Amino acid sequence: MKTFSNLVKPYMIWIGVFVVIPMLLIIFYAFTNKGNTVVSIAFTMDNFLKFFDSVYIKVLLKSLEIALITTTICVIIGYPIAYSIANTKSRTQTLLMLLITIPMWINTLVKTYAWISVLSDNGIINSILIKLGLQPITMMYTDFSVILGMVYNFLPFMILEIYTALAKMDHALIDASSDLGANKVQTFEKIIFPLSLSGVISGITLVFLPSVSTFVIPKLLGGGQYMLIGNLIENQFITVGEWNFGSAISLIMAIIILIGMYFARKFDQDGKDSNKQKEIKHA
Amino acid sequence: MRKSKYQKIMPVAMIVITLLFFYLPIILMMVFSFNSSRSLTSWSGFSLQWYQNLFKDRDIISAVTTTVSIAVISTVISTIVGTISAIGISNSKPILKEVILTINNLPILNPDIVTAIGLMLLFSSMSIDKGFLTMLLAHIAFCIPYVILSVLPKLRRLDANIAEAALDLGATPWQALIKVIVPQIMPGIISGALIAFTMSFDDFVISYFVTGNGVKNISILVYTMSKRINPTINALSTIMIVIVTIILIVINIIPLFKKKERTVLE
Repeated sequence: MKTFSNLVKPYMIWIGVFVVIPMLLIIFYAFTNKGNTVVSIAFTMDNFLKFFDSVYIKVLLKSLEIALITTTICVIIGYPIAYSIANTKSRTQTLLMLLITIPMWINTLVKTYAWISVLSDNGIINSILIKLGLQPITMMYTDFSVILGMVYNFLPFMILEIYTALAKMDHALIDASSDLGANKVQTFEKIIFPLSLSGVISGITLVFLPSVSTFVIPKLLGGGQYMLIGNLIENQFITVGEWNFGSAISLIMAIIILIGMYFARKFDQDGKDSNKQKEIKHA
Repeated sequence: MRKSKYQKIMPVAMIVITLLFFYLPIILMMVFSFNSSRSLTSWSGFSLQWYQNLFKDRDIISAVTTTVSIAVISTVISTIVGTISAIGISNSKPILKEVILTINNLPILNPDIVTAIGLMLLFSSMSIDKGFLTMLLAHIAFCIPYVILSVLPKLRRLDANIAEAALDLGATPWQALIKVIVPQIMPGIISGALIAFTMSFDDFVISYFVTGNGVKNISILVYTMSKRINPTINALSTIMIVIVTIILIVINIIPLFKKKERTVLE
């Protein structure tokens, strides 16, 4: 309707100022050096070249590694949980999914802070270990505590996505498969898993992306020395004041993430297409 | 086919362990907010001293005021702007729609930290003093896309003829908007407002980068205080968790009751 199409104009200005210009500013800062004035702009690749120093590349690889481990753990734990919940009575499902989703709404900092008193050297786990006459273990400020914090924060998203895919599945297909003589394993392999794959993939994106970019969890559970790419960016902006280098790192991270998302979506779409093709062939 | 005992117990055990994993740390934190000593591991008796500290601490009170006022103002503004923009978007040409939606999705797809530094660079290049205003503008900016995404599907299902009919019958476009379109997309507007409110209330990363002059919200306060153990944070967290849980349970239980009423009526 023409009458209301004018309503979009103010928003075009708004996203111009608050979405497009900020992105352009990041790009601008990434390709310039400190101390630019409007009169003298000199573009440079220095910030990117600096990033390819082995110190920074190691941080990037470490972030990707931690994110990958977190995502893998979330799939391995999340899938059976989602599957078990989807197999309970409908009322139990509602209740269990409410219990799984409540932590999603609790402030990340609060949730992460809660783990400090559990994991620290004189924390709850270690005081139990000592009472049992065992050796205390150092858990805080290690890869373990950071990964644990990430799994704790992001696992609910994985469970929710896989559960949603499993719950909307047509149960007639499962019945048909067993009627046609497939055993449980075969039904799972050929029907249930392929149909839930889209949920797994969107779960992976929802876990992997925040794991790569978070700087709160590594800072609280990994300590001041623990460096992931998010901490590196935070340092450049808040502590060091190297906005240009910080912008370049952010740009590199954003590009890696966008490429990852593109492939995840493409993979998902291909899966759906080939399923459709199969359906057509069988019909 | 009969399930073996093992097959029955396994799923239950897994779900129970997961729920313990999710809730034990939170429950422990809540319990120790009532501890009479500073320790977060050994229980020395019940006390409300950390809650009393909470109401005496000026930083905490100002952080709570900042968080609530920013969440309320940014929810109201982003819901109104988002709804109007969504109506505009749904009535635009397909190409324009595509472009706007792609840009609209950017803040949602981008990692928080990228959106945060973009806005930080924007405010400093416009030389706006960092503080309450910049935090508010940033919150409005990241909330609007979510409002639009939750209103648009409702508009898609809307029958265009109804608004057309209202206009033909002599309603001004404003009347058609308020009396005909808005009531029909109300569920989308409400869920958009809820998302906006919780996003704003919980935000840390974006607020952290765009704030200044000592303006802090609750998340920033927890971040700065959590470097050493402090049961006052436990008390503050406990209050926040209780409020969130009550709201979530109410939101989830009301529809169940409505369903019951409906089935009774039928």
